[in-house]
Amino acid sequence: MNLRRSKLKDGAREVALFQRRAIVGFLIIVVFLGVLAARFVHLQVVRHDEFATRADQNRIKLRPIPPARGLIFDRNGTLLADNTAAFRLEVIPEQVKDVNALLEKLRDVVPVTDDDIKRFKEQRKGRRGFNSLPLRFRLSEDEVAKFAVNRWRFHGVEVVPYLTRTYPRGAEFGHVVGYVSRIDESDLRDLDVTRYAGTTHIGKTGIERYYEKLLHGEPGYERVEVNADGRVLRVLDSTPPTPGRNLYLSIDVRLQEAAEAVFEGKPGAAVAIDPRNGEVLAMVSVPSFDPNLFVNGISHFDYRSLIGSPLRPLLHRALVGTYKPGSTMKPFMGIAGLEQGVRRLDDTVLSTGEFHIPGQARGYRDHRRGGHGRVDLVESLAQSVNTYFYSLALDMGIDRMSGYLAKFGFGARTGIDLGGEGVGVLPSKDWKRAMFDKPWYPGETVIAGIGQGYWVVTPVQLANATAILAARGEHHPIHLLRATQSGFNAPIEPAVAATAEPSFILNMSHWERVRDGLVAVVAGPTGTAARSFAGAPYTAAGKTGTAQNFSRTGNEVDTRGLSDAQRHQALFVAFAPVEQPQIALALVMEVAASGSRDAAPLARQILDSWLAPPSGATTGVTAPATPAPAAPAALPEATR
Amino acid sequence: MMALNLDRLAAAARSQLRRPRLDLPLLLALMLVAAIGLVTLYSAGDKDASIVLNQGARFLMGGLALVIMSRIPPSTLRNWTPWFYAVGVVLLVLVELVGEGRGSNRWLDLKFVRFQPSELLKLSTPMMVAWYLHARTLPPDWRDLLMVAVIIGIPAGLIAEQPDLGTSLLVAASGAFALFLSGLSWWRIASLLGTVAAAAPVAWHFLHEYQRNRVRMFMDPESDPLGNGWHIIQSEIAVGAGGVFGKGWHQGSQSRLEFLPEHTTDFVFSVFSEEFGLIGVLLLISLYVFIIGRSLWIAANAKDTYSRLLAGSIGMSFFVYVMVNGGMITGLLPVVGVPLPLVSYGGTSVVSLLTGFGVLMSIHAHRKLAR
Repeated sequence: MNLRRSKLKDGAREVALFQRRAIVGFLIIVVFLGVLAARFVHLQVVRHDEFATRADQNRIKLRPIPPARGLIFDRNGTLLADNTAAFRLEVIPEQVKDVNALLEKLRDVVPVTDDDIKRFKEQRKGRRGFNSLPLRFRLSEDEVAKFAVNRWRFHGVEVVPYLTRTYPRGAEFGHVVGYVSRIDESDLRDLDVTRYAGTTHIGKTGIERYYEKLLHGEPGYERVEVNADGRVLRVLDSTPPTPGRNLYLSIDVRLQEAAEAVFEGKPGAAVAIDPRNGEVLAMVSVPSFDPNLFVNGISHFDYRSLIGSPLRPLLHRALVGTYKPGSTMKPFMGIAGLEQGVRRLDDTVLSTGEFHIPGQARGYRDHRRGGHGRVDLVESLAQSVNTYFYSLALDMGIDRMSGYLAKFGFGARTGIDLGGEGVGVLPSKDWKRAMFDKPWYPGETVIAGIGQGYWVVTPVQLANATAILAARGEHHPIHLLRATQSGFNAPIEPAVAATAEPSFILNMSHWERVRDGLVAVVAGPTGTAARSFAGAPYTAAGKTGTAQNFSRTGNEVDTRGLSDAQRHQALFVAFAPVEQPQIALALVMEVAASGSRDAAPLARQILDSWLAPPSGATTGVTAPATPAPAAPAALPEATR
Repeated sequence: MMALNLDRLAAAARSQLRRPRLDLPLLLALMLVAAIGLVTLYSAGDKDASIVLNQGARFLMGGLALVIMSRIPPSTLRNWTPWFYAVGVVLLVLVELVGEGRGSNRWLDLKFVRFQPSELLKLSTPMMVAWYLHARTLPPDWRDLLMVAVIIGIPAGLIAEQPDLGTSLLVAASGAFALFLSGLSWWRIASLLGTVAAAAPVAWHFLHEYQRNRVRMFMDPESDPLGNGWHIIQSEIAVGAGGVFGKGWHQGSQSRLEFLPEHTTDFVFSVFSEEFGLIGVLLLISLYVFIIGRSLWIAANAKDTYSRLLAGSIGMSFFVYVMVNGGMITGLLPVVGVPLPLVSYGGTSVVSLLTGFGVLMSIHAHRKLAR
C-alpha cells in the first residue's frame, strides 16, 4: 500500500503527531466542559435562591379574557348583530395526554364532527399548549348536562360560557352586515396574537370585516394561581377587557325591508342613498343567505346548496354585480352635453327611428318604429329617445364623454365602507387599448351614448352617481357607518364623514333642464315611468333603463316588441322629492322585460315607503312646499 | 454449504468470546447515559410510558446499527467512503430541490424527512476527510487544506441553506476535528480561523433576509422575549431551582407546569438539572467526558491513519453536542436546535450517534496489536 504514495509516509511520526493532538484536543474539551460545569455551579449554587423563588412564583399564569364584540344597529337602534350567551366545549392541550383518544371518548358524550376536530387541530399549531382551545360551539342544554355528569372522565376539557354572534334579522343583512366566523389559519397569518388571545371569531365579510378593528375591542387579563397539577386555584386579580365599539349604520331597517320585499325573491339589487350626506339608507341584494349559518362553521350540506344555487345567493350584487346601465346613463350624458357646450339647452334632434353615422350604412335604432319626431332634451329623456344621445355621443367623442362621466364616479370604486367593491368599466380609448389592444371605432362611441357596449356599472356605482346628480353635482362620499358608541351608557358619537366635494356643475340651468327631463319621465304625459308613478304624493325624478346582454357591439334593437323577457335587465334610477332630494335610488332586476314595465313600479314602492309610508303617518314631506327637516334622522325616527 | 456456514458461524462466535469486538468500558458508559435518558424522559414526559417505550425501541435500533457497524472492518468502510459521501451530497441536493419544511418550525414531523440526508453527512463528512488525508503525507500542506475545506464546505453549506444551522455546525465541526487531529500545523490553523473570521461579513452579504433574521435572533435571543428568549429564561429558572441536590425525580415544577418548552427534546437537560441538581449534572458531564476520552484512546491505538482520524473525529464531535445543548439551556450559547446526545427524545440522533459508535467499536476491534 505504501508503494502507491508519492512521498513516503512515516507511520511512527504520524502516530506520535496524532497522539499529541488527541491529548491537546481532549484538554481543550475538558476546559470547555469545565466552563459549562462552572455555569451550572453559578446557576445552581450561587444563584440557587433567586431561581428557586422564581420557580415558586411560576405558579402564576396569565389568562386572557376576550372582549365582547361591539353590536351593530341600524340608524334607529334596531339590532342587526347581537351577542347571545351560549356554552362551548374547550380543551386545554397541555392537560391532555392523548388528544385523539380523548376526542374518541368525548364523542360518546357530546357529538363532535370531523370538521370540529380538524379545526381544533389547525388551531393548535399557532398557540401555546396552556391556552385552552374551543372544540365545539353552541352546546345544547342537554349536551351541557350530559357532559357535567361525565366531567370526571375528561381531564382538561371544560364547558365554558361565552358570547356568540347572532344576526336577528337573518338573510336581510347577510351581505351588508356580513358575518363572523372561526379564526382560521389564513387569519392567523396577519393577526396580532396578543390582541386576539382568547378570541375565537373574526369578521369575515361585510361590515363585520371592514370594521373588525372597531368591533373587536381590547382583551383583558386575569392572573390566576395554579396548583402543582396546573389547575386554577384562584384568580388573583384581573384587568377587564374593553368591549368593542357599537356601530350604528345609516341603513334604515324599514326601508331595507321594503326594498327587499319588492323583489319577491327575483334576482336583483337596490341601493338607496341620502344625497345630502352620502348615507346609505338601504342596500339590498336578492337573493341573500342567512349569515347565522356561517358563525359556528357552516355545514357541508348548507354550503354546497349556497354555492350550487344558480341564483348565486352569496354574490353581493349591489357591491360587485356587473350590469350595463342602458338608458339610465342618459341623464348623465345629457348634462355632459350641455356642460361641455356640445348641445345648447333648446337644441333638438329629428328621430326617424334609425340613426346613421355620416357615410356609414349601419343603422342605430330608436325604441319606436318610425321614430319620435323632432325632440329636445326634456322629451328625449321622457321618451328615452336614443337618437338624441347617439348624435350627442358622436359629437362629443368618447374621451370627452368618459372624462366628464368619471366625475359621477363611473369606472371607479365609490369607496363605500365594505371590502371587495367592484370597479365596473367606464369605456374609453385608453381602456380599450389596455384591455384588448385594439383601436376605438366611432360606432362604439354611438352605443356608449345610450349606456350600451363596453359599459359596466355596479348598482352601488349607479346609486352613487344618482346621488351626485340629485345633490346638483355635490359629491358626499357614500358610507354605511353613521355613528359609534363605546358601551351602552356612552354617548353616541357621529362617525367622521369624509368631506364633501363642491359641485362641478358650472351652469345650474343645465342641471335644471336635465331634472325637468327626469321629472317628465315619471310625471310627463309621454314619460316611460309615468304609469308607475301616477298619483305619487311627492314629485320624483327618474329614468328607466333596459340593458341587453346578448349584444355587445352590434345593432341595438327595439326591446319592447320582444316577448322574450328573460333576456333583459331592467334598471331604474330616481331621486325624490325633486325640490329637496332626500333619497337617491338605483335598482336593477336581472331577469325582466324592460325598465319601465318591471323596474319602475318597484322603485315607486321603495320611494313610497320612505317618503309616504302606507301607515298614514305624516312625514312632512308630502307637501312639496314644506322644507325638509334639517336632521336627516329626524324623519324616519318620527314615523315608527 | 450449510455445514460450512455453521462452521464459520461457530468460529466467529469463538473468536468473539476470545477477543471481544466491542469495547466494554465504552459500551457500559453509553448504556449508562441511555438509562439516565430514559429515566429523565419518563419524568419529563409526565410519566407517559409510550415516550419511554418509543425511545427504548430507538435504542434497540441504534444498538443494532452499532453491532452491524462493529462487524464491518475499517478497510471496507474506507473503500466505501467516497460512495457514502457522494450519495449523501446527492440526497442533500435532492432535498434542496424537492424537499419541503423550509419553515422556521423546527419541531414539525417534516423534520424526519428533512433530517435524514443531513444525519448521514454527520458521519460521512469526517469519513471523507479521513479518507482523503489517509492517502496524503501528514501533516497536511496547503493543497490538502484546500481540498478538505471543499469536502466539508459542500455538505455544510447545503445543510445551512435548508436552513438548519445546528446540523450544519455539527457536520462542519466533525470534518474540522479530523483535520485538527491530522496534525495541521498551528500557524495554519490560526490563519484558517482568520480567513473564516474575515469571510463572515462576505457570507452575511449573500444570506437571504430571513436567514439574516435567524442569525440576528441567534445572536440576541432577548430580542424575542416571547419566543426563544422566554424559553431561555424558563430553562435557567429550572436549572437554578434544582440546586445542588435537585428537587427529586418527577418533582420539577418547571417542566410539569409546562413553563419549559420542548421539555422532552431540546430542553430535556433542563428537566434533568432541575430534578437531579448539580450532582446529577456533574455525573452526566463526567460520563460524557469519559466517553470522549475513551473514544480518543481507541483512536490513538487505531491501525491506520483513516481509522485514527475517523475515530478521533467521532469522539470530539460528541463533545459539540454536549457543549451546544448544555450551553443553550444555561443561557451560555444562543438557541440552536441540537439535542443532548442519547438523552433527548428523538430517533434520528440516537440512531446516527450509535452508528458512529459502531464504527468506533470496529476500529477498536481492528486496533494495532500490542507491540
